[in-house]
Amino acid sequence: MDRYPRAPARLDWCGMRTLLRLVAFAQKYRVWLSLAFICMLFTTAFSLAIPRIVGEAVDIAVGRGERSSLILVALVVLGANALRGAFAYGNTYLAEAVSLKTSYDIRNALYDRLQRLSFTFHDQSQTGQLMSRATADVEAIRMFFGRGLLGTIQTLILFAGISSILVSLDWKLALITLAFLPAVGWRAIVVSNRLRPIWLKVQELMAVLGTTLEENLTGVRIVKAFSRQGEESHKFSEQATLLYDEHIRATRHRAFNMPLMVFLVNVPTALILWYGGRLVIADSLTLGGLTQFILYVGMMAMPVRRLGFLANILSRTVPAGQRVLEILDTVPAILDKPGAIELAGIKGQVRFEDVGFSYDSMAPVLTNISFSVPPGGSVALVGNLGSGKSTIAHLIPRFYDVSSGSITIDGIDVRDATMASLRRNVGIVQQDIFLFSASIRDNIAYGAVHAGMEQIAAAARAAQLHDFIESLPDGYDTWVGERGITLSGGEKQRLAIARTLLIDPGILILDDSTSSVDTGTEHLIREALEALGRGRTTFIITHRMPITKNADLILVLKEGRIVERGNHSELMERDGLYRRLYLSQLSATHGPEQSEQGV
Amino acid sequence: MYHGAGDHVGGGLHSAFDEDEVLGKVYDVRVVARLVKYMAPVKLWLALGAGGMVVRSLATLAVPYLVAVATDRFIQTGNLGGLDIIAMIFIGVALMAWAGRYLEELYLTYAGQSIIFRLRNEMFDHLQRLSLGFFDRNKVGKIMSRVQNDVQQIQELLAGGILNIITSALTLVGIATVMLIMNTRLALLTLSVVPALVIVAIVWQQYARRAFIRVRQAIATVNAQLHEGISGVRVTQSLSREEVNSEQFDTVNRDHLSANIGAAKLRAVMMPIVEILTAMATGLVIVFGGYQVLAGEMGVGVLLGFVLYIQRFFDPVLELTMEYTEIQRAMASGARIFELLDIEPEIKDSPQATETPPVGEIGFHGVSFGYEPGVEVLHDIDLTINPGETVAIVGRTGAGKSSLANLIVRFYEVERGEVTVDGRDVRSVTQQSLRRQIGIVPQDPFLFSGSIEDNIRYGHPEAGHDEVIEAARTAGAHDFIAHLEHGYETQVGERGGNLSAGQRQFICLARAILADPPVLILDEATSSVDTDAERLMQKSLRRLVRGRTCLIIAHRLSTITDADRIIVFEGGKIAEMGSHQELLDRRGLYYNMTWALSNPA
Repeated sequence: MDRYPRAPARLDWCGMRTLLRLVAFAQKYRVWLSLAFICMLFTTAFSLAIPRIVGEAVDIAVGRGERSSLILVALVVLGANALRGAFAYGNTYLAEAVSLKTSYDIRNALYDRLQRLSFTFHDQSQTGQLMSRATADVEAIRMFFGRGLLGTIQTLILFAGISSILVSLDWKLALITLAFLPAVGWRAIVVSNRLRPIWLKVQELMAVLGTTLEENLTGVRIVKAFSRQGEESHKFSEQATLLYDEHIRATRHRAFNMPLMVFLVNVPTALILWYGGRLVIADSLTLGGLTQFILYVGMMAMPVRRLGFLANILSRTVPAGQRVLEILDTVPAILDKPGAIELAGIKGQVRFEDVGFSYDSMAPVLTNISFSVPPGGSVALVGNLGSGKSTIAHLIPRFYDVSSGSITIDGIDVRDATMASLRRNVGIVQQDIFLFSASIRDNIAYGAVHAGMEQIAAAARAAQLHDFIESLPDGYDTWVGERGITLSGGEKQRLAIARTLLIDPGILILDDSTSSVDTGTEHLIREALEALGRGRTTFIITHRMPITKNADLILVLKEGRIVERGNHSELMERDGLYRRLYLSQLSATHGPEQSEQGV
Repeated sequence: MYHGAGDHVGGGLHSAFDEDEVLGKVYDVRVVARLVKYMAPVKLWLALGAGGMVVRSLATLAVPYLVAVATDRFIQTGNLGGLDIIAMIFIGVALMAWAGRYLEELYLTYAGQSIIFRLRNEMFDHLQRLSLGFFDRNKVGKIMSRVQNDVQQIQELLAGGILNIITSALTLVGIATVMLIMNTRLALLTLSVVPALVIVAIVWQQYARRAFIRVRQAIATVNAQLHEGISGVRVTQSLSREEVNSEQFDTVNRDHLSANIGAAKLRAVMMPIVEILTAMATGLVIVFGGYQVLAGEMGVGVLLGFVLYIQRFFDPVLELTMEYTEIQRAMASGARIFELLDIEPEIKDSPQATETPPVGEIGFHGVSFGYEPGVEVLHDIDLTINPGETVAIVGRTGAGKSSLANLIVRFYEVERGEVTVDGRDVRSVTQQSLRRQIGIVPQDPFLFSGSIEDNIRYGHPEAGHDEVIEAARTAGAHDFIAHLEHGYETQVGERGGNLSAGQRQFICLARAILADPPVLILDEATSSVDTDAERLMQKSLRRLVRGRTCLIIAHRLSTITDADRIIVFEGGKIAEMGSHQELLDRRGLYYNMTWALSNPA
């Protein structure tokens, strides 16, 4: 949870800043919101007036003894209630609509932001965490707009309305009642202040629980293989206990304070009965006056009870808002420069000039990397684990920005080009292959939505996947990904290759893309790639040495530095790391006897 | 059993799982009966909460009565002492209301939360017992939605819904009773509006049900899209598809919006309806009650009382109508939760299962197997791996190599024949003891979030730091781990953080080594490791296989030339078997595969 780059904590008094920022989201709908507000005003006004209309009308009717005016009174009541209903409809519907539209906007904004946040952000975040923010937290914000915002205002108006009616009826009695209101308000603030950190904790724990569950389900094979079911259950149960404890803590605060607030409203009723009764007996107040007074004080209990509910919503809104805003406030580490150029029809010359790179606060991953590839050239990157091969590949399409030095394509710094145009020209097949829940056709066309069937099939053919697809009962319409058929590692890799080939990039990067393919298939892919690689600048990262043999330039990396460079025959002549790697693999394929000599 | 899932022992969560969030019946006897069982352990809390609720309701009902008594008996008679007493009683009643509500909130929430806690844990535990076949058929997102959303739904029902329902129902009955006692004729007249309300509610439900189903389906689609958007973000960015995705997301998000707006209209429309019905009842009372007052048959106070009661009568009705859908949703959630809990693991320890002692020999006797009925992946396999022997399995993708490994650890059940360890059928020993004997380094190097050290220690949690380092050294992982800034404390996430696939495989190997099993299965465990590192791994493997039975599944020949025996798989059958040299001499499949690898284009 603390792994996101947090904005420096600003003064956020009682979460007011967060609330105001959330309200800003609803600004677009201020007309609707104002209409909802007006409807709410009328609803409240009718609520305050109806008892009076009824009471006084009945008094008049009964007092005059006119049967006919009873019907008139009944009709007035019917009309007043119907109007109140209509306004309540308007109020509820409009407020809900605003809340829905606002959460729709927030969800879109979140999705958009998550799509654009750079690899650095996603490297550090967990899907479960992000999901919980986009679902549970957005939902909490929706509740705020649907009920919390106008509800709070309505409650305040009710308080004010009832108070002024009370004062107009009898100011002394009114003072007795109103003396208790500050206490009620004080409790409401105390409760919501205490609940806020608890709800923040609850939301966070929910996300932790979600992550545990997701990992457990995704890694089920490992869990079972190591017979760790017991420990996993224990871990889950421990986290669930923490969540339970927080809920209980929240309940303790609520259970004590909410009824206390109702009690604080009931006490003045007793006092009024006691004191007002004396006034009536002393003839300085009429019985009717006292009754009306008691009824209006009774009405006060409703907004007070509502206040408890609202305190709950408000205290959930602020932490939820903070968690959502945290994502929305995270600026993608990599952005288009103002006035960035559109790359189009590149020749494919790639140049690294003294490039250095390190992930946040980590030891340098690349140091002093300089090389240049002519258009159409092929580069093979070889080296040990963690030597920085993949990092070089990730820097070209600007998944990360260099820490020092520069990378240019056709002489243009990649940071000066728009990311979209850059990535259209640099195709990369990544190590981890992600397929979307869609048909094979859509997966291949993922980066080229408008590609025709011909082009899709051609890409599949080039990746040696066409025959396999045709052998499936549904062919290109076969569903893959979460809800679809399971493809083998090799099939996935070929699909990813087809997907990249379809965007027809001038620069092609294959990041260890044939590791899960059996030798026969690899052979075929390699042939296809060579045909396709012609005219393209190609980067190949591999640990299968034979592939490197045909590369124009081989870069041998060690601990983030280029230790050897040249083509295959040059490097073989030198007695360096490359020769050793190459021989060792060649010998390994020829049997243990020779492999001993190869070392 | 729910939705017939029980008919297929261990079957997937069938149709219900696909139709995501469909509403259930409002009162599903089976769900309620099951939930009642969960209430038993917390019955004391429930009783305290219910007691509090009764006290609070009585106190609330007493307030108007006290006012009436004070007015009629004391104020009108000028009895000051009586007024003092009634004011004190009033305060006492208010205190009781406070106490009652406190008990009610506290203990009902305690009870609700502990039921939720238990349900969550039971579901998680149950998931731990289910076999891999289940996880093949049911995707992670769907299962998660059951453990999270459905439990949440039940929580809402237990936390607020039921309370509201009971309180509303009590209030309704209370008010109706008081009205009937006050004036039976007028009460019956007033209550004549109720049937109209019932009809309206029933009609409304028909629409509401459909609208809410639409909302649930829309939110499920939004969440699925969101989940995929996050998981696939790297591909999206590398293919510059952000715009298209955002548009697509906007479409489903908009669907969700319009479904919700429809539902909101329906919810809001109940307000004027209830208002008008209330007003009609009030009108009836004013007209006919007024006649009675004028005729001297009834006091003014009763008339006013009636009017006030009617205003309070329809609030709970509105509440009940709103909660109705919540209950339906909770019932559907309950049904789905119990459906999951009722799924029997396909693979269970037999009652006579024994703990297996350390094993060495593995045997396949006439084994046939398929993941789906009718699609056989392995045909009639006979194979014995001797104690201490290293056997390598090669073959094309999809030839059935990994299935062999899956059967040895009994992730799946054979269709025919038997798999034995030291002559014992794997079905006759406990799964736990079996898997403790057999270590697997899987194809997909999955790491849990936590430190590298935690991950290595996964199979042997009690291991000390030195043992962890030793295992990492043996695996050949120590050097690169030591080079990381935080070393063994480096945090790895769901995708292994900044570790490459090869580095993750090394950590997986170290993890298996630390568990120190007598049998080791490497399922393409070196596919992402580069040559130099692989040589390192080869060396450690050579040390590792000593004294162990070892099964190496590989598509890279360098990994397997050391094996005592090499088995070539083709189409789910053993095609060739022998040592590296024997197989080369035979000039068959193996020879061809070797040739393809060592002679690049």
